[in-house]
Amino acid sequence: MPVLVSHPDEVKIISKRFGQGAADIDKYIELDGYKAVQKCIEQGPEWIIAEMKASGLRGRGGAGFPTGMKWSFIPKESAKPKYILVNGDESEPGTCKDHVIFLHDPHSVIEGTTIAGLATGAKMGFIYLRGEYRYLLKIVEKAVADAYAKGFLGKNIFGKEGVDFEIITQTGAGAYEVGEESALMESLEGKRGVPRIKPPFPAIVGLYGGPTVINNAETIASVPAIINYGGEAYAKVGSERNGGTRLFGISGMVEKPGIYELPMGYNLKKAIYEVAGGIKGGRALKAVVPGGSSCPVLLPDEIDVGLDFDQMAKAGTMLGSGGIVVLDETVSIVEFALRTIKFYQHESCGWCIPCREGTDWLKKTLTRFYDGGGNKKDIANIQYLAENMMGRTFCPLGDAAAMPTLGFIKKFRHEFEAYLEGHRTEKHFITTDELIGAGH
Amino acid sequence: MAAITNSIFKPETAARFDHLASIYPMKRSALIPMLLYAQDEIGYVSDAVVAEIAERLDLLELDVRNVLSYYSMLRTKPAGKYNVQVCTNISCMITGGYDILDHCKKKLGIGHKGVTPDGLFSLEEVECIGACCWAPAMQVNYDFHENLTTVKVDQILEDYAAGRGKDVK
Repeated sequence: MPVLVSHPDEVKIISKRFGQGAADIDKYIELDGYKAVQKCIEQGPEWIIAEMKASGLRGRGGAGFPTGMKWSFIPKESAKPKYILVNGDESEPGTCKDHVIFLHDPHSVIEGTTIAGLATGAKMGFIYLRGEYRYLLKIVEKAVADAYAKGFLGKNIFGKEGVDFEIITQTGAGAYEVGEESALMESLEGKRGVPRIKPPFPAIVGLYGGPTVINNAETIASVPAIINYGGEAYAKVGSERNGGTRLFGISGMVEKPGIYELPMGYNLKKAIYEVAGGIKGGRALKAVVPGGSSCPVLLPDEIDVGLDFDQMAKAGTMLGSGGIVVLDETVSIVEFALRTIKFYQHESCGWCIPCREGTDWLKKTLTRFYDGGGNKKDIANIQYLAENMMGRTFCPLGDAAAMPTLGFIKKFRHEFEAYLEGHRTEKHFITTDELIGAGH
Repeated sequence: MAAITNSIFKPETAARFDHLASIYPMKRSALIPMLLYAQDEIGYVSDAVVAEIAERLDLLELDVRNVLSYYSMLRTKPAGKYNVQVCTNISCMITGGYDILDHCKKKLGIGHKGVTPDGLFSLEEVECIGACCWAPAMQVNYDFHENLTTVKVDQILEDYAAGRGKDVK
């Protein structure tokens, strides 16, 4: 069972029910649950969208798109049914926030999905969890069944004539790519998780061809909290154009790893050294991957920066999924880069050539390099390959592989060069005989 | 859907599949969950599983195989009764995930995707399982085990071998 952590700097808006048994519907109700949705039924769609816009909430999956605006793109009239799709296919290495939401507060996802339905006129929502989260699926399934039993889902919810909303829970079966919104729709339609060409965007042509809102599970779980807290008040908790709080997952070599709810814009250095208790064993910090493995790495002198979408972009990286991975001085960047690429090579769906071939070549080159068979040209080649993947694929997986690679080469070129001269950290984790053609 | 007269699945699984095929706006949406539940019962996605699911969802067997080959949790060969999946992705790697994997290899005497001769355990090195803040972590079947040490792993494997492991289905 994941250990819950706490720090005084936390502002517990989304996580306020964690550890209080709120997976139980009566407990959830006792802790202000299902109040927001009833208020939303009274107030109507325009009010809901205005509140969401005022809150400044931006997509917690990683792209940071304003949620209120996304909802407003859904056409009022549609010949085809509209859908809400909750993306709980959490798979970005370094990210485990949705895990904790589903475990401790599944009803907030159900309530948020229903509110998204009320705002857009959708009558059906899907909560999609990655296949590995079977025990969480069971928790969510029970929560959905309990909500139906109370009349909070189904026909005439909360006793309101003509207000209907259905939720179906769904599971994947192991595929990072399915976290991409159009691949997620494919998977939910029972197909291979391959991305769709955009446009048309999901708001116009989405699931089953109908207008579809796709939101990350944390985004959706934030919705009832925002309605209760008030959109404007929520916005004020965060930084400029980055409303509210976020669940940051701090992992790697820190004293107190865990999921912390911090205001947007919170200082990254403080998050590592104060909130997460600093580097394990008092060792020196080497690098930080700030928002899941696809985000370019930051050096120790670059982490005095606010954790929001805009400040991280200014620092040359991304806020991503909020999964902060902390590397100490003992980590070999060559090895870390190889492990990162091995992942993206494994997860590339193979649809776009630059990604399929690019990740494979990067893995092969990095493997040879790591094995001691590298040369100076390889460093330039790695950079060339990554640069030529950027922006040349239908979905962002190609970029997700290229961006961290470029970051490692740019910021640790000296380490790659020293590696060629035989300067290597002693500890080697990866055994490359299994890596080559492992094909798992 | 033609009524399935000779289902290879237990009655409760067959009933779940009837239900799954009825709830979606498009029947095919039930395919991926069905494959996973079928695998949970049979141990892997056999030819007979493919045939019955194709029939249930009015799909070609080819459609089913096309999807089956995409998802990494689905397998076409039996695994052990307890499938040990050790994460070695970044957060786990830097906190000792490879030590855990090596320990499991030695302890079980098998490598990546191997199965012990008695069929009790199989081993896999897997990508991120979403337990980064509690690394290193692994799953045995669907159960998460976190903040692992080699000592803890020994205890966990012993528990499963003795039939004491929790085993969420």
